[in-house]
Amino acid sequence: MSIILDKVNYIYSQGTAYESHALRDVNLQIGDGEFIGVIGHTGSGKSTLIQHLNGLLKATSGGIYYNGRDIYEEDYNRKELRSKVGLVFQYPEHQLFESTIFEDVCFGPKNLGLSKKEAELRAFAALRSIGLPEEYWYQSPFELSGGQKRRVAIAGVLAMKPEVLILDEPTAGLDPKGRDEILQQAAAMHQESNMTVLLVSHSMEDVAEYVGRIIVMNQGSVMMDGAPKEVFGHYQELEEVGLAAPQVAYLMHELKQHGLPIDTGATTLEEAQASILQVFSGRGRNQQQGTKQEML
Amino acid sequence: MIRDITIGQYYPSDSIIHRLDPRVKLMGTLVYVLSLFIFRGVPGFLAVTAGLVFFIRCSKVPFGYMVKGLKAIAVILVITAAFNLFLTPGEPLVSFWKFKITQQGLKSAGFMVVRLAYLVLGSSVLTLATTPNQLTDGMEKSLRPLNKIGIPVHEVSMIMSIALRFIPILVEETDKIMKAQLARGADFESGNLIKRAKSMVPLLVPLFISAFRRANDLAMAMEARCYNGGAGRTKMKPLKYARRDGAAYLLIAGYFAAVLSLRIWL
Repeated sequence: MSIILDKVNYIYSQGTAYESHALRDVNLQIGDGEFIGVIGHTGSGKSTLIQHLNGLLKATSGGIYYNGRDIYEEDYNRKELRSKVGLVFQYPEHQLFESTIFEDVCFGPKNLGLSKKEAELRAFAALRSIGLPEEYWYQSPFELSGGQKRRVAIAGVLAMKPEVLILDEPTAGLDPKGRDEILQQAAAMHQESNMTVLLVSHSMEDVAEYVGRIIVMNQGSVMMDGAPKEVFGHYQELEEVGLAAPQVAYLMHELKQHGLPIDTGATTLEEAQASILQVFSGRGRNQQQGTKQEML
Repeated sequence: MIRDITIGQYYPSDSIIHRLDPRVKLMGTLVYVLSLFIFRGVPGFLAVTAGLVFFIRCSKVPFGYMVKGLKAIAVILVITAAFNLFLTPGEPLVSFWKFKITQQGLKSAGFMVVRLAYLVLGSSVLTLATTPNQLTDGMEKSLRPLNKIGIPVHEVSMIMSIALRFIPILVEETDKIMKAQLARGADFESGNLIKRAKSMVPLLVPLFISAFRRANDLAMAMEARCYNGGAGRTKMKPLKYARRDGAAYLLIAGYFAAVLSLRIWL
């Protein structure tokens, strides 16, 4: 299972004064079970990119293949594609409409033509997996907090049992606690069900800890694509396009410049801590050995 | 699909029409609409067509972009044409079953469709070539005399400008909501009338909620900046007539005189 993008271009409002080239020759290959962070500045084309993956936008030129099939073929079932590639938009307010949370989560599976019972079972499982306490389930979705709304919106897409889950700016406007909860849940879902997860964000800090691969978008094209270590190694280039590596990466590079023999590839706090401790404990041991030798 | 609505949207360009004083454009639009309802016969039709083509060319807005606005009233056009075609009494031209098409019916249907289509096109020149802010300024200034008889001109034009300003925002919002629901497998296009009406619920509920929230936020922001109506409010860029505005008034008067005289003498 994979998604392949071949030279995808997209131009908004072609032929009018509002024309803008949102994607330029984007080539990508997204493999099964990957956990990817899509990073880019506002207007870099990352939201446009993900709307192509489930066929909401049609590329001006280029091709997209899902599991080896061209999604722009005449007889391709794009409605089914949308249930396989689940996309959760940034604002949960754009999709919540039912009178209770439970019914709202049922909307997706019902649209797939499932029976009422099956839809409710799926909604049940989805709400369980996002960890919303049961006492909320039969309340209005509009009374929830921002973070809870977002989780319900994610449940609404999860209930369709997608193979790929795309989260567009899932942490925007959340406090640090809500942010961590959402990101941890995404990581857990990726681990438990081996779902392919794409996390769209403009914050490196958000994704560095969780993802296995980072795609950096700039002015409509893919600027970097690789493991977090490789990408953050180019922190100067990232800064030039208005992005920043996690603060840990800066610290590690600075320490290295001051002569500490540490691994600059650390991208999370834990890795950095381990790496620094290793250097110091190594030194300690050497010194101890030195004193021992003197005593002998 | 939903982005095709062009009524009330501004189209940035640098044309003579864009630079004209909004009061001139308002007057011009009013005169043009009047002329649409007084013209008669083929010579009159040619005159209003020439006028429309002239205005559109001057505004430098692509014609294809404007015609998109007609899509919104396509249904009204068809219904109007049908009513005029079948229900006008007169000499029957063709008749089948219970229907008959008369010569008069054909004529009035044709002119009615032209009138409506030109009405929309003509007034969209105004909104496409004028920013909502300018439009309100122009309206407020032109209608100021009505203040004396107790009509709150400033408030009314403020409401109008906010309404115009919100059309593109709500269109964009609708687009986003549609996408969010499509991503959950919603279907807005297939099924019979009742099914399609029902499929609008997931679209309309979030749209209304967001419209109310926006209205609330806007009211709060206006109050936070001490907005309290038009009394004593000054403008940063007061409207001033330039020489080209005078010329435009003359041109409008000339156009109107031409259409009027065609009606009277032909």
